[in-house]
Amino acid sequence: MKKCLYVVGLGVVLWVFNAEAETIFVSLEKDNAIAVVDPLAGKLLKTVAVGRRPRGIALSADAKFLYVAVSDDNTIKKFNADTLTELADLPSGNDPETFALSQVDKRMYVSNEDDSQVSVIDVDKNTVLTRIPVGVEPEGIAVSPDNKWVVSASETTNMVHWIETKTYTRVANTLVDPRPRALTFTADSKQVWVTSEMAGKLMILDAKTKQIIKELVFEVDGVTAEKIQPVGVLVDKKMQRAYVALGPANRIAVINVANLTVEKMLLVGSRVWNIAFSADQKYLYSANGLSNDISIIDLEQLKVIRSVGVGTNPWGLAVKP
Amino acid sequence: MYFIKQCGYLWLTVFTGLSLLFGTQVDAKSTVKPASLLTVNIAMLAQLDKPAINLLTIDPMVLDKGELGAELAIQENNITGEFIGQSFALKKFIVPANANAETVFNEHIAGKFNYLVTLLSPEKTLAIADLAQHQAMLILDAATVDDSLRNTACRDSVLHLLPSRAMRADALGQYAVKKRWHRWFLVVGAEPADQLFADALKRTAKRFNIKIVAEKQWSHTFDARKTAQAEIDVFTQIEDEYDVLVVADEQNLFGEYLDYRTWSPRPIIGTQGLSPVAWHPTHDLWGASQIQKRFKIQAGRWMNEQDYAAYLAIRALGEAVTRTHSIAWQALRNFMLSDKFVLQGYKGSALSFRAWDGQLRQPILLAAPRSLVAVAPIEGFLHPKTELDTLGYDAPESLCKRKE
Repeated sequence: MKKCLYVVGLGVVLWVFNAEAETIFVSLEKDNAIAVVDPLAGKLLKTVAVGRRPRGIALSADAKFLYVAVSDDNTIKKFNADTLTELADLPSGNDPETFALSQVDKRMYVSNEDDSQVSVIDVDKNTVLTRIPVGVEPEGIAVSPDNKWVVSASETTNMVHWIETKTYTRVANTLVDPRPRALTFTADSKQVWVTSEMAGKLMILDAKTKQIIKELVFEVDGVTAEKIQPVGVLVDKKMQRAYVALGPANRIAVINVANLTVEKMLLVGSRVWNIAFSADQKYLYSANGLSNDISIIDLEQLKVIRSVGVGTNPWGLAVKP
Repeated sequence: MYFIKQCGYLWLTVFTGLSLLFGTQVDAKSTVKPASLLTVNIAMLAQLDKPAINLLTIDPMVLDKGELGAELAIQENNITGEFIGQSFALKKFIVPANANAETVFNEHIAGKFNYLVTLLSPEKTLAIADLAQHQAMLILDAATVDDSLRNTACRDSVLHLLPSRAMRADALGQYAVKKRWHRWFLVVGAEPADQLFADALKRTAKRFNIKIVAEKQWSHTFDARKTAQAEIDVFTQIEDEYDVLVVADEQNLFGEYLDYRTWSPRPIIGTQGLSPVAWHPTHDLWGASQIQKRFKIQAGRWMNEQDYAAYLAIRALGEAVTRTHSIAWQALRNFMLSDKFVLQGYKGSALSFRAWDGQLRQPILLAAPRSLVAVAPIEGFLHPKTELDTLGYDAPESLCKRKE
C-alpha cells in the first residue's frame, strides 16, 4: 500500500514537472558567480565563478553562448553555454549593469550605469559600434522583437529613452514615474511595459506615440505601499498574461493583459527581483534577492511549486532549453 | 483590492511637451536636443565650521561642507534637463567661520535667487530664513538637525533635508524595542547640542516605554580628558542594571572611548556605536552602491550626511521642475509639499516632505562603523498613513504653525 502511494506520488511529481529538461543560469551578485540549476529536478547543479558583481545575464538566440555582465570588472563575459568555458570579454564600457540582445542581428545593447550611456556592441566582431548618451543610471533595456527600437530606462532621470536601431540615435524620451527599473516589449512590438519602483506602478507605453497609455497601481492586502516596489516584468508570447515581480512585497503579480487586472498574487521569496520564462512558457522562474533562492512557478496552475537555494543575492536568470 | 488608473494622456512625453511649448510638431526622426528653455538658478550659502577637536586621526577632516553633493546633483539635474529643455546653475557662497553670513546673503543672494541651499548653524539658518521671509525664496536647509527649527521656530519658506534629532532618536528607540533593550543608561556630553539629543532620546523613551535607569553628564575636566580611557571604568560603574549605554556626544569628544571600556559589558548606541544616520559608507542597498561609487570617483572620499542633504536638496528642485514644467518658486514649493511629490533617495522608500513642518520624510540608517545593522522604520511600527511618519514629530504633535 505504502509502495503504491510512493509510485503514485512519483507519477504525480513527474506529471507536474513535465517540462522539457532545461537549464537555468542565475547570476549571483555577491558570490561573483553564476548558479546552474536543473528546474526539473529542482536542484542546484553547480556554481561557477564568473567575475566580480555579476548582474545582467542572457543567452544568444541560438542558446550557444551565455553572456554575463560582471559590473565591477567593467566587462561582459561570453561563455560557451554548454561547457561554461570563457570565450571572450566584450568591450562593454564601464560598469555594465545589464544588457539586451537582439534576436535578429548580432547586436548587444548595454546599460553603462556610471557613464549614463548605452553601448552598442557587435558580439561576433567583439567591437563597440557606438555609445549613446542617455539619462542618469540607465538600467532596464530591451530590444523590440521587430528589431526597430531599443528602449532604455534611466533610474535617476526617470525616463524611457527610445533609440532607433537603424541610426543608433535617441529620438524620443518619455518621462515616467520615479525609478523605472525593468521594461519589456510585447511580442507584437507595439507596447513597452515599464515598472516604477518608487511609485509601485506598471506603465504601458505605446511604441508609436511614445506616450503612457495605461497604468496599473499594485496593492497587496497587509503590505504597505512602500514595500510594493515593482522590478522585473514579462508579457507572455500570446499576450494573455503578464507577470510583475514586486520586490520587497515578496510577490509576483499575475496580470490579465486584456483587461489589465491583477488575477493573482503569488507569494515567492524575499525581495523578488528579475523573472524569466521557461522555453515553453509553461513555467516562470524568479530570482529572490534576499532569500537567496529562486522560485519555480507553474503557470497553468498559477502556483509556486518549488524554491531552490542558489547563492548570495541572485539577480537575473537565463534559461537554456 | 487592486485598482487601475487610466490616465495616460496626462503623462506627456517630452515630444508632446516640446510641441506644446513651441506650438509646432517635432520631427520624430531627429534626435531630441532642445535649446534650454528654463534655467533654474540656485544659490548655496555655506559657512565653514570652526576647527574641531578630532578624536580620531583616522577620519579625514572634511572642510567642503556639502559642496560636492550639490555639484553631483547639479550634473544629474542637467543630464535630465538636457532632454527636456531645462538647465540648472549653482552659485556657491562659502563664508569663513568668523564671517557674517547675513551680509553675504543681503549683498549677493537676496532679490537675485529664488532657491537657496543653506549649510549653516541653526542660529544662522533661522537668521537667514527671517531675512528671506518677505522674499520670493525657498530655502533648502541641508545642515541642521534641530527639532526647534521644525517646531516652534519653524518658517514657512524652509524645507529641511536632514532627519531631525527626534527622528534619529525614534529610529534608535524602535530598534531598541525590537532587541528588547528596555533599560537605558544615558550619558550626555557637555555641549548644548548633546543636551538637545538627550532631550530627543528622553522623548523617544517615553514614546516607546523605555526606562532611563540612569543619566550621567560627561564633564571635560582637564584630568578626565587626559585619562578619559581610564575614567570610563569608574564612570560607568552604576548601581542600576541596564541593557545599553546610550551616548549623546555629537562633537565626538569622548564617545568613541566608551566601547569595550564600560564596567559592565553592554553595547553602546547613540552618537557613537550603533548610530542613527541619514547616510553612511556601509549603505549599499536600493541602488545606494551606485551613488556611493559616483560620488567617490568624483570627490575622492565617502559621501557624508551634508553631501547627501545638499544632493537631495538640488535633486528635489530638479524633480519638481521636471514634473511641473515650471520654475515659479511658489508653484515648486507647493508641489514639493504636496502628496504628488516623490523623491528617489536610495533608501528603499520614496522620500517626500511633511507638509506640517517641511521635514523630509525618510528612512534612517542604523549603522555601526563597518556594518549597516538596520533601517528604520523597523518592521512592526505601524502608522495609518506612512510608516515613515513613525519617526519624529507627526502632524498632531507638531508645534509648527505653517501657512498651508
